[in-house]
Amino acid sequence: MNTEKEKKSFLENAGVQSVAASLLCIILGLLVGYIVLLFINPAGAGKAITSILKNFLYFPRPAVALEYFGSTLAKTAPLLMCTLSILFAYKVGLFNIGASGQYAVGAGLSLYLALAFQMPWYVCVIAAMIGGGILGGLVGVLKAYLNVNEVIAGIMLNWISLYCVNMLLTNVKESSTTYTAALKTNSPGALIPSLGLDHLFSNNRYVTIAIPLAVIIAVCVWILMEKTKLGYELKATGLNQNAAKYAGMKEKRNMILTMVIAGCLSGIGASFLYLSGIEQWSCAQTAVPAMGFNGIAAAFLGGLNPIGSVFSAFFIQHITSGGSYVDKMVYCSQISDLISAIIIYFCSFVLFFKHCMNQKLKNRKGGKK
Amino acid sequence: MALLLQYTLIYASVLMLVALGGCFSEHSGVINLGLEGVMVMGALGGALVMKFMANLPGAVMILAVLIGSILFGVIYSLLLAVAAINFKADQTLVGTAMNLLGTAAATVLVKAINMAENVNNVSSAIKYIEQKKAFSLVKIGQFELSWFMILAVVILIASHVVLYKTKFGLRLMACGEHPQAADSVGINVYKMRYAGVLISGMLGGIGGIVYITAGVSEWKFENGVAGFGFLALAVMIFGQWKPTLIGLSALLFGLFRALSNVYSGFDVLVALHLPGAVYNMLPYIISLIILALFSRNSKAPKAEGIPYNKGQR
Repeated sequence: MNTEKEKKSFLENAGVQSVAASLLCIILGLLVGYIVLLFINPAGAGKAITSILKNFLYFPRPAVALEYFGSTLAKTAPLLMCTLSILFAYKVGLFNIGASGQYAVGAGLSLYLALAFQMPWYVCVIAAMIGGGILGGLVGVLKAYLNVNEVIAGIMLNWISLYCVNMLLTNVKESSTTYTAALKTNSPGALIPSLGLDHLFSNNRYVTIAIPLAVIIAVCVWILMEKTKLGYELKATGLNQNAAKYAGMKEKRNMILTMVIAGCLSGIGASFLYLSGIEQWSCAQTAVPAMGFNGIAAAFLGGLNPIGSVFSAFFIQHITSGGSYVDKMVYCSQISDLISAIIIYFCSFVLFFKHCMNQKLKNRKGGKK
Repeated sequence: MALLLQYTLIYASVLMLVALGGCFSEHSGVINLGLEGVMVMGALGGALVMKFMANLPGAVMILAVLIGSILFGVIYSLLLAVAAINFKADQTLVGTAMNLLGTAAATVLVKAINMAENVNNVSSAIKYIEQKKAFSLVKIGQFELSWFMILAVVILIASHVVLYKTKFGLRLMACGEHPQAADSVGINVYKMRYAGVLISGMLGGIGGIVYITAGVSEWKFENGVAGFGFLALAVMIFGQWKPTLIGLSALLFGLFRALSNVYSGFDVLVALHLPGAVYNMLPYIISLIILALFSRNSKAPKAEGIPYNKGQR
């Protein structure tokens, strides 16, 4: 009895362990990345790693650095949404690799409504949400009723939606380039308002209320998962489908609902990026948007916790943006993709790391007795 | 028509090779979702051989390119083997990480090589227009029979024999169906699973090099292999994890993939006035429909995806 009531030491706390394991993943990822850089060109490796980690601090003037900090934040908001999408589905036992496709559909619908019909921003965000949700729901239906592996279905839908969105957005692109027309001149009402937030970041007009909204949604997802009956049911379905069915839960409905919510989250994410005006969609794009895959990195790095993923999403975006500051004469900007891929790989060892930590702690305790 | 046949056969060869790789891995009990990354790596290995040993005579060139791809594929698949078998990691996550890592690593490496040669060359492409000619066996009119098509058929037959007629194959499949039972009769489950994953690395690697040399004479590694690894997994599921059926379903999927390359040569298809993107989407749409129709009674190995723990009963 006594041992059970004994206060857990600091290191035995599950949260602390998660953070420690994530930090370990980051350190290992950076280390392996550094070794790869050394391999390519030993002279500039140290400098390249520091410029990836410094990102906006690359600019010596604080005002400029602050402006670029704002841009990084503006891109973190959509990444956070994709992260939440993957994390939410994973908690229910589904691997939402289709987040990229849902994201593409969200981008397509929000930009099309904005540019073709001059819709206000909130309509576009809702349309993106619905579009992503339908696509996610499709994966859920296929999984629940037809036993289709959600990873393979997700990948197939990623490519299908990429080509569809390219076709749709070709109707609203600039005549001389492959990019969609700029929102600022063609449909200012579709830009997400900033409500003065831009003044905090040296008037960076891409800083909008999307950033606080994304954080609020993260908190909502946490509440939904941890504090509501629905969240409990969804998690129970994820842990053991048959047990959930036996307990009277509608396991198929739960699965579909999960994917719908996950799809909605990625869809909103896309509208947060494209309706801030920071980027335009290229209709000649031949690769599925990377945001959904970076979301996988951030979700696992954040210990599969919505609050943790706020920080991990920022970190992943931070190094992704930082990749553009490396010396282009020696390296290419993709090294930050490489580092985040290595980090994801190490994230799959998290359980093992935790196991080792617990084993060590146990041994130490045993020694004291 | 000859072109359609050629592209169908070459894409079917790719899908067959990679799907057979997935088949070996899954029969041993490990889901290899990283086949896409393995393909990229195998392609990189072969392309590097073609780049740096450009002057080899025909037959030696084929052999060297194959060895390069196999080596890269096998070494890369070790990442999955170690994580999934020794560290009991989540196989879906490892596979996804490998796909991202494969494309990123290949891009970084190729760009570094290109930039070392010429600072202004920041492309991620490797050219192999001359070297590629070694792979062609005979040319009848427009139709070009490639050595790789022969190789794919040989490997298909070999896979069937190995899986169903040899001690090794039957033991491998036992490890994917019921590893505890296999262990109880003295089969080393860990070793068998290593064998399964490494074979999938080998076949995936060959598939990668065949894919990038199929229709073009240079490859931009930034693009990866565009979901082909996953199409191969769909082929494998449609083929019910059996080599013979995999061969047939690869032909079907190969046909749809080939259509996107040559649809403009058919008056009937051109008359439909469909945008080119529709043909690009076709293989993915078809595989989604096929998966929806045939996944319900899937004959997947029972223990796939579950890490084997010796101490657990």
